[in-house]
Amino acid sequence: MDKFTVHTGRAVPLRRSNVDTDQIIPAVYLKRVTRTGFEDGLFNAWRQNEPDFVLNQPRFEGATVLVAGPDFGTGSSREHAVWALLDYGFKVVISPRFADIFRGNSLKTGLLTVELPEKVVNRLWDDIEENPQTEVTIDLTERQVRWSGEVHEFVLDDYTRWRLLEGLDDIGLTLRNVEMIDVYEQSRKPWLPVAR
Amino acid sequence: MGKTLAEKLWDSHNVRSAPGEPDLLYIDMHLIHEVTSPQAFDGLRQAGRPVRRPDLTLATEDHNVPTMNIDQPIADLTSRTQVETLRRNCAEFGVQLFSMGNVEQGIVHVIGPQLGITQPGMTIVCGDSHTSTHGAFGALAFGIGTSQVEHVLATQTLPMVRPKTMAVSVNGELPDGVTAKDVILAVIAKVGTGGGAGYVVEYRGTTFDAMSMEARMTVCNMSIEWGARAGLIAPDETTFAYLKGRPHAPTGAEWDAAVEYWRSLCTDPDAEYDAEVSLDAESLAPFVTWGTNPGQGAPLSETVPDPESFEDESERTAAAKALDYMGLVAGTPLRQIKVDTVFVGSCTNGRIEDLRAVADIIKGRSIADGVRMLVVPGSMRVKAQAEQEGLDSIFKNFGAEWREAGCSMCLGMNPDQLAPGERSASTSNRNFEGRQGKGGRTHLVSPLVAAATAITGHLASPADL
Repeated sequence: MDKFTVHTGRAVPLRRSNVDTDQIIPAVYLKRVTRTGFEDGLFNAWRQNEPDFVLNQPRFEGATVLVAGPDFGTGSSREHAVWALLDYGFKVVISPRFADIFRGNSLKTGLLTVELPEKVVNRLWDDIEENPQTEVTIDLTERQVRWSGEVHEFVLDDYTRWRLLEGLDDIGLTLRNVEMIDVYEQSRKPWLPVAR
Repeated sequence: MGKTLAEKLWDSHNVRSAPGEPDLLYIDMHLIHEVTSPQAFDGLRQAGRPVRRPDLTLATEDHNVPTMNIDQPIADLTSRTQVETLRRNCAEFGVQLFSMGNVEQGIVHVIGPQLGITQPGMTIVCGDSHTSTHGAFGALAFGIGTSQVEHVLATQTLPMVRPKTMAVSVNGELPDGVTAKDVILAVIAKVGTGGGAGYVVEYRGTTFDAMSMEARMTVCNMSIEWGARAGLIAPDETTFAYLKGRPHAPTGAEWDAAVEYWRSLCTDPDAEYDAEVSLDAESLAPFVTWGTNPGQGAPLSETVPDPESFEDESERTAAAKALDYMGLVAGTPLRQIKVDTVFVGSCTNGRIEDLRAVADIIKGRSIADGVRMLVVPGSMRVKAQAEQEGLDSIFKNFGAEWREAGCSMCLGMNPDQLAPGERSASTSNRNFEGRQGKGGRTHLVSPLVAAATAITGHLASPADL
């Protein structure tokens, strides 16, 4: 996982709520066995069927921050949704609320998901629509989102922040405590099933 | 102060707690399938790590598998590659796999309970959000992403932040024709698709006490559809009776010890939940969805809502967009919505009791003109049981297609899909845009409503027949 400290880039307004993982990447794109190359699946139905869809608008080309409505990432556990956003070039998604599994996946994979109040998201939408060149800064060190003189704090627990700032792999961290797993295993109930 | 069931399960699996860090939770059973595991196995290979506990890992092929001609190679090459990749990975890492055609193969959330591998007091994870199904046994069960699949393969644990707890209380007797599916659809419509975010929810009350294990699985299955991390029902005599004698259930003295322990798995009287929701069972009716998320539902007797009737702006916009996608006009009675396809199956409603309920309604009748109906058993065991009971003949005589086991049209990764603009009544769990095929329109329904709809050709309940 790459380290994440501060990112500045242009943003794209996705004025939709309840953007589910089937919209982010339809199931038909999940058949691949690789971890990259999912950008063509991103919002595929909307990109194909809606000529005015934000990602089809040249003025938002090259944006790296996605600003979405509440309940972004509901539905399935497919991490492919996060990979598709990263592969397309997004570094950050901002929404008033994320679905749990999507959020967990994003923070394990280095896509920063930032929750801001709905009112603030509305203002950001207005500003980037008025001027698509608006540069938005997401500062993980200070836990701030800044653009055009606006400064908004966001919440992220210290542990996750540290892991992202250092670009640390969860498995490596867990294996530092492998002897505690060994000890726990001695105390498991004797009747617990095995898969054989 | 006492503990909730969720807290008891958490504490009994907590390997390590440290201030400012997530807890490290031990995982008793890791279920895997072909879609969300290949990149995880690749990760292990790259790091030179083994699977820590292959004996606590079970794999099946379900998402991609065709439901016809399963004695032949999978025609879709990318699907075939994905399934073959799972076979190679399981062979290399020593993981038990139930392949297409095997008598134990089926949807991952159907086979765990059926084998007795899903037991009270366990932690169970799978790279699939409907893992919440297993919570019906009083197990802490939740869906995970591929990075976490790799983490569990490597360490048999997961770092997790302790979730909040919520109680959903439903009391009273369900009216005739109202099922577990209607209860959970009503809950989701009440709280919204994000209402459970951050919570492990416990379903409690006399309505759930009276349900069979399969009905409880339907309820817990859809916990994720309102954002909950997991859904739970405390184990009771119904749970123990279901488990006794299953292939992986404990036996002899271990059975007695297990039951004694399982009886302690309930919320203490003085425990407190972080949130509570309640519903009255007697007020419930058959429920269907009209929109493109599972929270956009209403009793079958109502009409398609007017988007302007929603106070919240984002709900209003979402409703207008949903009606546009669904090709519906506000004010249309839900009963007048005609369908092209009826799908009976999935990890929500693809078990033997669901198939029996459908067969019971359609027996001796014939399918509406122009409607196609797919009946897809949740597992090969369910299929065999249904055939032993003669249900397959009832489905075929009615005019339905009787298929092999798999996820099938619930998510259309295999050839079972809706065509653009086609409309379905589906016993599955998601009505997202394009979920059952690009441009397809899905109405989520109970097995009883699915059966009545197949007879009339429009959304209907058995009472309408």
